[in-house]
Amino acid sequence: MSDVKNAVWTLAEQFDGKLKGVSFELLSRGRTLADKLGTSLVSILIGDGVSDESLNQLILQGADAVYTVQDPKLAYFVCETYERVLEKLIKEYHPAILLAAATSTGRTLMPYTAVKVHTGLTADCTELDIEVGTGNLLQTRPAIGGNIMATIKTPNHRPQLATVRPKSSRPLPADPARKGDIKKIPLDLSLVAQGVEVKGYRKEESGSLHLEEADIVVSGGKGLKKGENFGMIHKLAESLSAAVGASRDAVDRGWISYPHQIGLSGKTISPKVYIAAGISGAIQHLAGIKTSETIVSINIDPDATLHKLADLGIVGDAFQVIPELQKRLDARYGGKHG
Amino acid sequence: MKIIVPIKQVPESSNVKMDPVTGTVIRAGIETVVNPLDLYALEAALHLKEQYGGTVTAVSMGPPQAMRVLKEAVSMGCDDAALISDRKFGGADTHATSYTLAQGIRAIGGVDIIITGERATDGDTAQVGPGIAAWLDMPLATYVSKIEGVEENRIQVERLVEEGYQILSVPFPCLLSVVKAVAIPRLPTLQGKIRSMELTIPTYTADNMELNVEYLGLKGSPTKVVKIDTPKITRSGKIITANDDLSLTAAVDELMNLLDAKGVLP
Repeated sequence: MSDVKNAVWTLAEQFDGKLKGVSFELLSRGRTLADKLGTSLVSILIGDGVSDESLNQLILQGADAVYTVQDPKLAYFVCETYERVLEKLIKEYHPAILLAAATSTGRTLMPYTAVKVHTGLTADCTELDIEVGTGNLLQTRPAIGGNIMATIKTPNHRPQLATVRPKSSRPLPADPARKGDIKKIPLDLSLVAQGVEVKGYRKEESGSLHLEEADIVVSGGKGLKKGENFGMIHKLAESLSAAVGASRDAVDRGWISYPHQIGLSGKTISPKVYIAAGISGAIQHLAGIKTSETIVSINIDPDATLHKLADLGIVGDAFQVIPELQKRLDARYGGKHG
Repeated sequence: MKIIVPIKQVPESSNVKMDPVTGTVIRAGIETVVNPLDLYALEAALHLKEQYGGTVTAVSMGPPQAMRVLKEAVSMGCDDAALISDRKFGGADTHATSYTLAQGIRAIGGVDIIITGERATDGDTAQVGPGIAAWLDMPLATYVSKIEGVEENRIQVERLVEEGYQILSVPFPCLLSVVKAVAIPRLPTLQGKIRSMELTIPTYTADNMELNVEYLGLKGSPTKVVKIDTPKITRSGKIITANDDLSLTAAVDELMNLLDAKGVLP
């Protein structure tokens, strides 16, 4: 059953042998599409050191089968090698649809793959559906800084490729009754690209939580007045298990490092709750947060643009509101949480 | 060392209009600028040239008016530029665009490093840079936030990824896409502006490039736009003023209720 052509595939991601959350978000997208098409859902994993138990978790959370190519040579992402492995799988099994997360890996591997297999790719989709009658994948994505939503299809090429914005869907709950095959495919060593060398990884020091994967993001902007004041943002984020973001103004002033920047020249995020403190809401910033589920703006300026776009706008001094919120959280969690 | 930087002209304002029939951007009557994220690519290229020697060539695919952004690149310090322009290239998606640009880069020839911006601020796809690398069969390093150095026809870079930074050593010829952290773009100089006015910038068309017409323009694009919507803003939009102890308490109550309702608290 799982070897049928025209299946829906989702690309799981791993780091250091651990599956990333986006792998499960994609399965909930893929499950809906596969059910509409009456086909099976396969999770693809290229990497190294992922346990059978973890792979089975992909089955429990939606996949009908897992195809995995694991080898120490695949431990870290190198585009050309991963592309050759993926291309070989595509040419052998002919999926109808392949979804990847719009992560640094997905947004690198997928455009490279799309050209190599001569098909269309739609970036950073927030909605996916199946066109009635044709069975084509309908891919909807924000463009022009989130000012328009474009729906795109790839009618005459297969597979249909899309990257999907992280956090734009929720994983399915694990169903212990689900069963499926885990197909382990050995790495064809001739596919390993020569030349590119991974020299290592360097961790980002502050704010360990990844912005794109956090349920809550707490952000600071120019209204915080100086770099030291980001301390209260970091502290609040820790209490909320949130990631720390920033406006371009705050980054350009050196208050916080670039990986925290949200907006047009930074990251695009879709958390469940976005809390912005002292951010006026320049159009470039809005482009990065428009698909957040809920937006809270804390700003002493009643005319701040972000207040108008927020679900909750608090016209007040961030230096009073944030500590008061912190006090509530400390009271609830005994001040030791995080 | 020969560096090529593909740049795009994008609408200046965010008030962009779309053609509801073709789903492509209406460019007539809108002021255009160099894609702001391409300025980081230009700066990274110019900086590499200053450190290690070589040339920097800016290329742009677009209508004849795109000559303007090439002139701007020259006025920043690029040695030369090339426009890739033909009606046959119109309506291209990222597949067809990356093909056409790749063929233009082949026609220029001899490249060691291609540097692109992370993405264009109008299309937001970030797919054309990687696509060019794939067409040219080059190794690709995306999200480059730091260039460590060049040695023996290799370049060492740091890529900004979710886990931190991946350190990669990549052989020439290769393609890098860079993010803002890589460099602070310089401004055009007066001398550069004068040079850009005097420089003759060649145009590559379907007639003087080697092309497979099946891969060009709207017809050569695997993706088709079905429809364009303007997203509705469905936010509840509650505004609370917190200017004394009482209203501050009420505002934070409201915020706590919201967090509880969303089920996001630890």
